[in-house]
Amino acid sequence: MVIAGAGQAGFQVAASLRMEGYDEPITLIGDEPNLPYQRPPLSKGFMAGKQAIDGTVLRPLAFYQSHGIELVTGAMITGIDRVGRSVKLASGQSVPYATLVLAVGARNRRLPVTGAELDGVCYLRTDAEAVEIRQRLEHARDIVVIGGGFIGLELAAAARAQGKSVRVIEVQARLMPRAVSGILSDFYREVHLSQGVGISLGVAVSEIAGYQGKVAEVILSDGCVHPADLVLVGIGVVPNIELALDAGLSISNGVADDEYLRTDDPSIYALGDCAEHPNPFAGPVTDPRGGGRVRIESVQNAVDQAKCIAAAIVGRSEKYRAVPWFWTDQFDIKLQMAGLSGGCEQVATRGEPESRKFSVFYFRDGRLAAVDSVNRPGDHLAARRLLGAGSEITPGQAADLSLDLKALT
Amino acid sequence: MSLFAKKSKDTATVTYISFAGDSRQVAATIGDSVMEGAIQNGVDGIVAECGGACQCATCHVYVDEAFLGLLKPIQEDEDEMLNTTASPRQSNSRLSCQIPVTKELEGLIVRTPEKQQ
Repeated sequence: MVIAGAGQAGFQVAASLRMEGYDEPITLIGDEPNLPYQRPPLSKGFMAGKQAIDGTVLRPLAFYQSHGIELVTGAMITGIDRVGRSVKLASGQSVPYATLVLAVGARNRRLPVTGAELDGVCYLRTDAEAVEIRQRLEHARDIVVIGGGFIGLELAAAARAQGKSVRVIEVQARLMPRAVSGILSDFYREVHLSQGVGISLGVAVSEIAGYQGKVAEVILSDGCVHPADLVLVGIGVVPNIELALDAGLSISNGVADDEYLRTDDPSIYALGDCAEHPNPFAGPVTDPRGGGRVRIESVQNAVDQAKCIAAAIVGRSEKYRAVPWFWTDQFDIKLQMAGLSGGCEQVATRGEPESRKFSVFYFRDGRLAAVDSVNRPGDHLAARRLLGAGSEITPGQAADLSLDLKALT
Repeated sequence: MSLFAKKSKDTATVTYISFAGDSRQVAATIGDSVMEGAIQNGVDGIVAECGGACQCATCHVYVDEAFLGLLKPIQEDEDEMLNTTASPRQSNSRLSCQIPVTKELEGLIVRTPEKQQ
């Protein structure tokens, strides 16, 4: 068993295989130098100063030794030989496999403007990048965050909480446009504004201007100029599909999986940020059996897909159908999301946004598809159960605070 | 404070007792959570899938009654999550990611449940 990629997904495949009693050799190969670690805290607890970087490590080295997992760090995989069944490393070494799991993740989309290469323009994906950003934050005064998605807003909140001047630039007309409805976008805009974060919506970055090689200003498409001694870019990721592409595997918006998370080579699975799969909770519905194809970047997706693949490898093959969930921490507000709200045409709100405790229920073709909860953890967990069971709930019931959601599950 | 070092090198002893009855005593770093104390010291029985975000209920523990009164009260998110544990919730059930290790908790004993998922 060779697992290519040692992020959350790759780690979990190895750990779950051992938990399942799998006793063949496992080689877990990652291109980063350190022990596998969690990424979510990098923009949350670590950036806020509540967590040390070594607190993000998934398991100590002894875990890999005691579980018979050969961990290879700092190793770049350069190719897959599907006929000879081996992966080739940059060192020239070949590692044979009977089953190969691709957990190769994604990389940050780069900002395609003049000045993006200046010192002080930073991206966040790795622990090393997080440490660098936190060090730079200590000395920075004016921070411009490019991208109003989860990462950008979490970074903005962390920087603002440290007393920095912060402005968020989002090219779409609202915050977190891919992930949540307008109700939540508006709510989070108010939250950030009330904390003193500047927000520019519906404008693009035209150029980053520098002085002596260091970032100095961010120039927007509407002509506005914002001073910046630190620019944090969070404009999404692109899946790492090159290995699979070179090996002749099918590619869509990621490595293309079937409902068992297998690629079109039966001895190669793919999961996590790099893999597109049919998901019964996704819309628009493009598959006659329900659901659509989607690529999900989340801890839940990495962990549950890893368990699904580990079970298949030990002979308990089942279709992947875990309920997707996500979370984001910004200032003191926790947003928990269950389901996938893409393609939903109807929403119902439970509780008042002004109270900072409310949930938004999303319906697709009249059926519950997703629930976003702000400081209402009970709603979030009820939503996971409702979605998992395929329970019926109407928009009217969802909005009725006197109705106990647990009673419906 | 270094970015790489722990907040503190002070520790408190935490004992984790598995469902099978095996006992592991660990010097957990003050300021870390009881969950982190287990993970970083290779204690089995605590999974912590979400990494301590109070999102998954796979770090469920039963806290020894003698220490229950020393813990901070359960918050709403932990309370809700405790209703989803794989092994039964009891009056001394807590999520170990929500218990910071403190000096006052020296000698803390927690029991891990039969199942976490």
